[in-house]
Amino acid sequence: MSKDVKIRKGVNIKLKGVAEKLYADASSTSDVVIKPTDFPGLIPKLSVKVGDKVKAGSPLFYNKEIDRVLFTSPISGEVTEINRGEKRRILEVKVRADGSNTYETFKQGDPDNMAKEEILDTMLKSGVWPFIRQRPYDVIANPMDTPKAIHVTAFDSAPLAPDFGFIAHGQGDLLQVGLDALTKLTSGTVHLNITGNANADEAFNSAKSVQINKISGPHPAGNVGIQMHHIDPINKGEVVWVLNALDVLTIGKVFKEGKFDASRTIAVAGSKITTPKYVKTILGANVGDFLKGNLEEEARVISGNPLTGTHIQSDGHLGFYNYQITAIPAGGEPRFMGWLPFLGFTGFSLSRTSFSFLNPNKERDLDANINGEERAFVMAGQYEKLFPMDIFPVHLVKSMIYKDIDLMENLGVYEVAPEDFALCEYACTSKIETQKIVREALDLVRKETS
Amino acid sequence: MKALEKFMQKVKPKSDGKFPIAHAVWDGTYTFLFVPGHTNKNGVHIRDSVDLKRTMIIVVLALIPCLLFGIYNVGHQHFLAIGDCLSSDHVCDLFMDKFLFGAMKVLPLVIISYGVGLGVEFVFAAINRHPIQEGFLVSGMLIPLIVPVDIPWAMLAVAVVFAVILGKEVFGGTGMNVLNVALVTRAFLFFAYPTKMSGDKVWTNTDLAEGEHLIDMYSGATPMGNAANGVMEKMPSLMELVVGFIPGSIGETSVIAIGLGAILLLFTGIASWRIMLSTFIGGYVMCLIFNAAAGDNLFMAMSPVHQLAMGGFAFGLVFMATDPVTGTQTNSGKWVYGILIGILAILIRVANPAYPEGMMLAILIGNVCAPLIDHVVINSNIKKRIKRVKTA
Repeated sequence: MSKDVKIRKGVNIKLKGVAEKLYADASSTSDVVIKPTDFPGLIPKLSVKVGDKVKAGSPLFYNKEIDRVLFTSPISGEVTEINRGEKRRILEVKVRADGSNTYETFKQGDPDNMAKEEILDTMLKSGVWPFIRQRPYDVIANPMDTPKAIHVTAFDSAPLAPDFGFIAHGQGDLLQVGLDALTKLTSGTVHLNITGNANADEAFNSAKSVQINKISGPHPAGNVGIQMHHIDPINKGEVVWVLNALDVLTIGKVFKEGKFDASRTIAVAGSKITTPKYVKTILGANVGDFLKGNLEEEARVISGNPLTGTHIQSDGHLGFYNYQITAIPAGGEPRFMGWLPFLGFTGFSLSRTSFSFLNPNKERDLDANINGEERAFVMAGQYEKLFPMDIFPVHLVKSMIYKDIDLMENLGVYEVAPEDFALCEYACTSKIETQKIVREALDLVRKETS
Repeated sequence: MKALEKFMQKVKPKSDGKFPIAHAVWDGTYTFLFVPGHTNKNGVHIRDSVDLKRTMIIVVLALIPCLLFGIYNVGHQHFLAIGDCLSSDHVCDLFMDKFLFGAMKVLPLVIISYGVGLGVEFVFAAINRHPIQEGFLVSGMLIPLIVPVDIPWAMLAVAVVFAVILGKEVFGGTGMNVLNVALVTRAFLFFAYPTKMSGDKVWTNTDLAEGEHLIDMYSGATPMGNAANGVMEKMPSLMELVVGFIPGSIGETSVIAIGLGAILLLFTGIASWRIMLSTFIGGYVMCLIFNAAAGDNLFMAMSPVHQLAMGGFAFGLVFMATDPVTGTQTNSGKWVYGILIGILAILIRVANPAYPEGMMLAILIGNVCAPLIDHVVINSNIKKRIKRVKTA
């Protein structure tokens, strides 16, 4: 039953500062922040106010549209700040650690022997539900839906991404518990998509009661949307749930230990990190705690990878879905005649307009400069080379720009997520903010069709 | 460079000031000197070093061999006409004279093309308050290369204004135009001032200085003009067509110079090899069809290689058909588009004596058909997706 998929389009952008497969000294976090802005389309309603004491697993806020979807605190402590932005939109909920590590308890048990409703209830109450996202729209899954399949990606192909196998090594039992819970939620198959570029870790290879697919090829092979498109594409009116294998471990812990243990191992990588390594920390952790002394000057700190991550301060917080902190040079210097091909500045380019093509395997040190200005959407064929779906990326993006929902539907808007366009955005000659366009279009389609 | 950067920042006019055009000009100059240090805000944090400026500059670089050869050939044809050198004396002791003479004739056309075109662009940038876009960098270089050397300057200026405004800005500027701007310029000249764009008087500069006179029996007709008039005995050899010491539009005569440009464009991946190859195939096949139906028509019987080396076919194939804005954008559409252009170019050239060269009209027709071709290709993808829903 398992499928072997070979992705041909795409590219691995090799960056300096790959995390060494070693654990840095563990440090406990001083505070955590949960950012409602990590969840597209979410309207949060607070369950706490400043000064409230919470345990790990106590709700901080919930989804106004589906109030069963709770967002819970990863640690025990006190709610110290609720930061709001324009129109009082909630940006951050901060919990200061009290160091006692007390947990809310949830119903423990083997998912195999639990009813679907019980599993749903445990996942929703413990706060692991938001790990499950859905296609279409790339938003948190609706627990009322029954998806036609669930896809779990077991690797990340983005630049400087953590090795999931290294992190999950030896936790095959937890993974299995999590996968067992997921199989109860769908009428179809649970797909575990492992990498075909290297040997996948035993924890993934030995998974049972799921369909294991092998995906090989360059980035974005690790994007679950790309995998899904090649294994079992989604059609209009269908719903598929997606998540990543490391989050399945957290779900497994809820059922095995009866608590929301949000601790996670992340890669701290990038050329501005003195010693790039793996760090054991927790969801929403203050990155300043482990970046202190390890971060060089003039860095841009990113929660996530350099293609899809969020720019945070050097004492910012780890995003909900991120297993990676990246620090790259901040950039910001104008370059004299930087547009000249083949001359002067040795900018990296996927096109052959810079000598970097002679040395494709060299690790590059790219900064955050745009390297040009936004221009009209002139296509030089880059999108097609980097977008491994049977979809016309340029025409889809154009239909998104002029908001033609019918055309978007026809061109495959239900299959895509912003992250699938990240490489296109990277290579775009016209410096279009492609991911933003896709996100806004998905929000629009969701609003208009629901 | 730091000092220059500081100076530029110091003289920066306000974008909402009294003279928006001052800001547009400043912005155009500054971004030419420096790639601004803007950093990514949303989305990706790293970006490829290629931008539209670099893309356009590469096309301009690819046109340089054609420009240099064109300049030399203008001088060569002139001295040939007044009998100062023999047609076989490609590189004689008049080398510098030929080059300087050519430069005197061609560079004003380049300056007019860029000056007028960029002037119009700056005005529109100021009106719309957007930064100037680089599209005209290429058009401005293409235009002087596809006109006869004796084109009056005022006509060229009028044509450029027409092409930039009606060919491009009314559609929304760079990236939005339906037709290739340089070809709109040429088409405008061709239909508005036909006497200055065809015949046998315009391709060679025959202004005579004191004591000079044209050699006996001089004819400035191009091979294309001769062929259209049925004069086949004066047809240059294949070698002459490929090297390019023949009368013609300034940049189109030398297949070798065009080839150098093509190599750069294909190597950098800026121009589509699909369009180049399919246009060639289309033209070649059309030649074979004419060959088969030729009878005693010598023009129809001309060998395909000879036919394709002649006139503007090669130049149009490399630099105009491959325009990413006005061409097809889907990969399978590119094949159809190229073959269509190739067939039409030879068809118009051979079958219609009113138009000695067909490439210009072929590409313009191709431009107009490109959205339709893409539409068909995209619809097949849409149908596939709809079918999937039905079978699922």
